[in-house]
Amino acid sequence: MTLKNVPGRIAYVNARLLDPATGLDAPGGVLTDGELIVEAGAGLFDTSVPEDATLVDCRGHCLSPGLVDMRIQISGRDFENVGASAVAGGVTTAVCLPSTAPIIDDRAVVEFVARAARKAGLVKVYPYGALTKGLEGEELAEMGLLAQSGAVGFTDATKAVANARTMAQALSYAATFGLLLVEHPEEPTLAEEGVMNEGETATRLGLTGIPVEAELIIIERDLRLVEMTGGRVHFAHVSTGKSLELIRAAKDRGLPVTCDTAPPYFALNETAVGDYRTFAKLSPPLRAEADRVAIIEGLRDGTIDAIASDHTPKSEDMKRLPFADAADGGLGMETLLATALELVHNGHLSLLDALSLITRQPADLLGLPAGRLEAGAAADLIVFDPNRGWKVSDSELHSKAKNTPFDGRPLQGRVLKTVIDGRLVFNLDA
Amino acid sequence: MSKTPFDSSVFPQRHLLGIEGLSPLDISLLLDRADEYVELNRSVGGKLDTLAGRTVINLFYESSTRTRTSFELAGKRLGSDVINMSVSTSSIKKGETLIDTAMTLNAMHPDVLVVRHASSGAVKLLSEKVNCAVINAGDGRHEHPTQALLDALTIRRRRGHLDGLQVAICGDILHSRVARSNIHLLNTMGARVRLIAPKTLLPAEAERLGVEVFHDMKAGLKDCDIVMMLRLQTERMKTNFFPSVREYYNFFGLDYSKLEAAKPDALIMHPGPMNRGVEIASDVADDIGRSAIREQVEMGVAVRMACLEVLTLNLEREAVA
Repeated sequence: MTLKNVPGRIAYVNARLLDPATGLDAPGGVLTDGELIVEAGAGLFDTSVPEDATLVDCRGHCLSPGLVDMRIQISGRDFENVGASAVAGGVTTAVCLPSTAPIIDDRAVVEFVARAARKAGLVKVYPYGALTKGLEGEELAEMGLLAQSGAVGFTDATKAVANARTMAQALSYAATFGLLLVEHPEEPTLAEEGVMNEGETATRLGLTGIPVEAELIIIERDLRLVEMTGGRVHFAHVSTGKSLELIRAAKDRGLPVTCDTAPPYFALNETAVGDYRTFAKLSPPLRAEADRVAIIEGLRDGTIDAIASDHTPKSEDMKRLPFADAADGGLGMETLLATALELVHNGHLSLLDALSLITRQPADLLGLPAGRLEAGAAADLIVFDPNRGWKVSDSELHSKAKNTPFDGRPLQGRVLKTVIDGRLVFNLDA
Repeated sequence: MSKTPFDSSVFPQRHLLGIEGLSPLDISLLLDRADEYVELNRSVGGKLDTLAGRTVINLFYESSTRTRTSFELAGKRLGSDVINMSVSTSSIKKGETLIDTAMTLNAMHPDVLVVRHASSGAVKLLSEKVNCAVINAGDGRHEHPTQALLDALTIRRRRGHLDGLQVAICGDILHSRVARSNIHLLNTMGARVRLIAPKTLLPAEAERLGVEVFHDMKAGLKDCDIVMMLRLQTERMKTNFFPSVREYYNFFGLDYSKLEAAKPDALIMHPGPMNRGVEIASDVADDIGRSAIREQVEMGVAVRMACLEVLTLNLEREAVA
């Protein structure tokens, strides 16, 4: 994928405009000029279209801000791969974990990652900074400096900060600068040898389980530490109903706490592991059906602030192993929109509310200039058909890795076009 | 000894990966066939040529003299060529080895692969990559189907039936593939199963496997027909599952005082190797009248002969089809 020249004026006509930031859901159009949106609104172009603009007929399909994915992993330094997968899924802004190679615990790396990813794939990649040096959970990383260089939040990626004192100090220090800490809530010793959810299925398969308490203990601890320090915490990929009860109660008490979940936790349950299916080996593990239902309720009532794809590409060599030895994680960006739309098709959320969870809300949480259709904003748009059916097939994925827990699943809703900074970077039917 | 003609088409499985999913008919068929082989094995020089020209490979990623020898003997008594392959545990950490080995072995065209592996599900993964029949000789904590079959054969020969029996499985259930296979088999055949263990050695939601759970030996053994003891798998224990061997033996080791709670003629079983004085008292283990432990070993060969035969005949049938 190469950068084209800066585009001129483009008029997107005949669209169903969806802007979760303003609650707009109406027929209309968008006019972009170069990298920016000039005008967007209901009824725009009803009477006339600018003569100097290139017309893009959306044919009545939905036009919304590009997706903002607040949690992806970049495998080593494979930035190109991320871009292809992102734009095919309608993701225009993505935030990557600091567990890249090298680890993002230094200012120079923050700048390098953002630049390298952008250059390779057009998608706008913002990095999280490491919360502790080397992600080792001991010494605090230079959070202030990293934030100055562009880190949008701080996390130890796929590990919780196990040491309570370190976490307390991190929250306290981060509060000094108003920085957000993102926690992977999993008590490491309780989860140590576990490879799937603890329960009947694990017992039948003879696999070691990870109890829901591993998640609860860290959430409960961190909530206490937030109260103690005044810091802000965000819990990533929450997977259990009991976690939501804790977070809901904390929000009711006015604590500065937020959380996200990922599609596997509302679209799948532990039975997806089936016969040792390593594509369904995720971290946190897929939970019981009651948890899945509770996660949907958390999305409905606003306890969950965002949906992140948790995109984690893994090579075939790392997945085609006995279940206990296989790597965790699944692809997520290409199925993010369609899995979120399942919530709409199943009557759990309105289309605007579902979109909000993958555009405006994550953008607001991290203070990113994205997720809105407004004059002056970057022209990051997607055109999608919420009803178009397709089947997830590893051979058709744009990612080099093929490990999706949704492999073989029929989905409804597909990205047709992705536009970043005014440039068409993905066109399904081209 | 002559052999009864046998219609393999009634056993529809290509592999024997576990007991879960087998029907009562499948299990009875294997047990009936094994029953015949018990007599053959007791005769001097008893050997058949049922599997002449066939190759059985024992692929063991975990060391096990007993099970491997039993399969080796079973294969040889049926006239097959048997090759033993032990794979060092250090090389299996690199997981590609499993698939690579499967590919290599597949190219040698064996008829049956007998596989033991430390990871649950590894044998199934391997079975998807080869053309021959695969027998699970124990995968992680998952299943050990031939052990459950030999236990069932032992019980059936002593009691005449499996249905309606009250069976207690005691000890380290958490780490035991033997327990899982036995639970499936005994439930399928109409026996009632109790598990007796400290909570730390029971897997989550064990009750949902259709068993009753006890933490007290005397309460659990009350009126049981069969007492199956399990080996404490200390090699799989990294942390504190119990405070000491002394304490474990005191509460969960089988001795005569605890055995009093079971039926007077209760049969005592153990898959071996035993830790005497840890999970079972020596005098109980050696009680000729009540212990069936040595008989279990004998049944093992017969059961494995039946499994090898049935799966190989399936291959023949497939080839004809």
